[in-house]
Amino acid sequence: MSLPDKTTTIEAAVARIPDGATIMVGGFGVPGTPFTLIRELVRQGQKDLTLIKNDANETGMGIDLLIANGQVKTLISTHIGLNANAISALNSGRIRVEFCAQGILAERIRAGGAGLSAIVTDIGLGTELAEGKQVVEMHGKRLLVESALRADVALIHADRADPFGNLTYAATARNFNPLMAMAAPMVIAEVETLGPLGSLSPEAVETPGAFVDHVAELSELSEDYGIVRR
Amino acid sequence: MSDANPLDARARMIARAARELTAGMVVNLGIGLPTKVINHLPADLPVCLHTENGMTGIGATLPYERADRNLIDAGGAYVSPIPGSAYFDSAVSFALVRSGRLDLTMLGAFEVAQNGDLANWKIPGKFSPGAGGAIELAQKARRVVVMTTHTDRHGNPKLLQQCTLPLTAQRRVARIFTDLAVIDVTAHGFELCELATGVTVQEVTEATGAPLIVPDTDIPTF
Repeated sequence: MSLPDKTTTIEAAVARIPDGATIMVGGFGVPGTPFTLIRELVRQGQKDLTLIKNDANETGMGIDLLIANGQVKTLISTHIGLNANAISALNSGRIRVEFCAQGILAERIRAGGAGLSAIVTDIGLGTELAEGKQVVEMHGKRLLVESALRADVALIHADRADPFGNLTYAATARNFNPLMAMAAPMVIAEVETLGPLGSLSPEAVETPGAFVDHVAELSELSEDYGIVRR
Repeated sequence: MSDANPLDARARMIARAARELTAGMVVNLGIGLPTKVINHLPADLPVCLHTENGMTGIGATLPYERADRNLIDAGGAYVSPIPGSAYFDSAVSFALVRSGRLDLTMLGAFEVAQNGDLANWKIPGKFSPGAGGAIELAQKARRVVVMTTHTDRHGNPKLLQQCTLPLTAQRRVARIFTDLAVIDVTAHGFELCELATGVTVQEVTEATGAPLIVPDTDIPTF
């Protein structure tokens, strides 16, 4: 018996994404951001996208290119403070931004990936983030209901992979990637190193390939992935 | 205001705040001023620094030439591991915060109220980048302390009777380190604990936008 081969090209993988898609994008700052998949999405030009990403990258990088190109309708995020373009797009109404507490965004995605409908939490009670949210009473306390998040597509950046889509991540390039890799019916992973089946120890695998649909090896790492001198 | 050099005052504030970290703690240092505390920690102090983007055991901040492109803290600074460091995803990172494993967080502030309310994420109409992990840190760390200049750049007090800005968390701040003083939030309001070198009680009182309890005893300086 052998495991299926899911390898493809960046171009072919991104061509599966339709207009209007909701897309989870991994990364926290530069580490873990799938820059090559994002640049291909800019090139292909899919429109009316809803993005779910921890941050908006920085001006001229990552999903800022999608925002600047008018492809983004809504962004669900935790903090966009390093991207002045994204803030002005928000202020001028060119994009809608839904803010979420960072760990609650992670947990909503994890719940979506785990087949759950919502989480219940006290995080954000007494703040603006509680406004408009359903309140339930449990354990004698008022708690907020936070809906689980799933997307149509998840774009993942991984360090190493095999053709089945087993993935490992580098250092703080994990962040939202392992969670998002469970929370969409179409998971596309760009990977720095693709080895044959068996090249990853089963004990080292962080995202099991059964969650992953398409694996594209990066032929080179563009400047996007490098050190940012601020 | 004091004649002391503002750079010295800032350095003293950071050095004093660093002494809040004690052996055995798991600590999250907020983006900005609090992160500067790292440079003032004794090399042999056994503390575990946590960052929201998925690491415990943060070592020295690295210059660009020696940076690892995959290794940053939540503020985007390039950091290094130390023996015993661990990496994990964002859900694990905040599980650690929300489950009470974080002994201390030190955060920046726009405003702190005398009941311990904290506002540090939004100035409506001016600055609305999102709260990141601040709400969970402020709401769930076992002890929340703030490091901030005592007044804003226009000289307005940041320590107030009530916050005017959207809150990060209610009644969570226990202590405030400023360039003028160390102040505790007590059941009766702000209480002066320590004075910066060269600063008088009157200067602190005048720069504080709420009543300040001043103990009868000698006030230590830092």
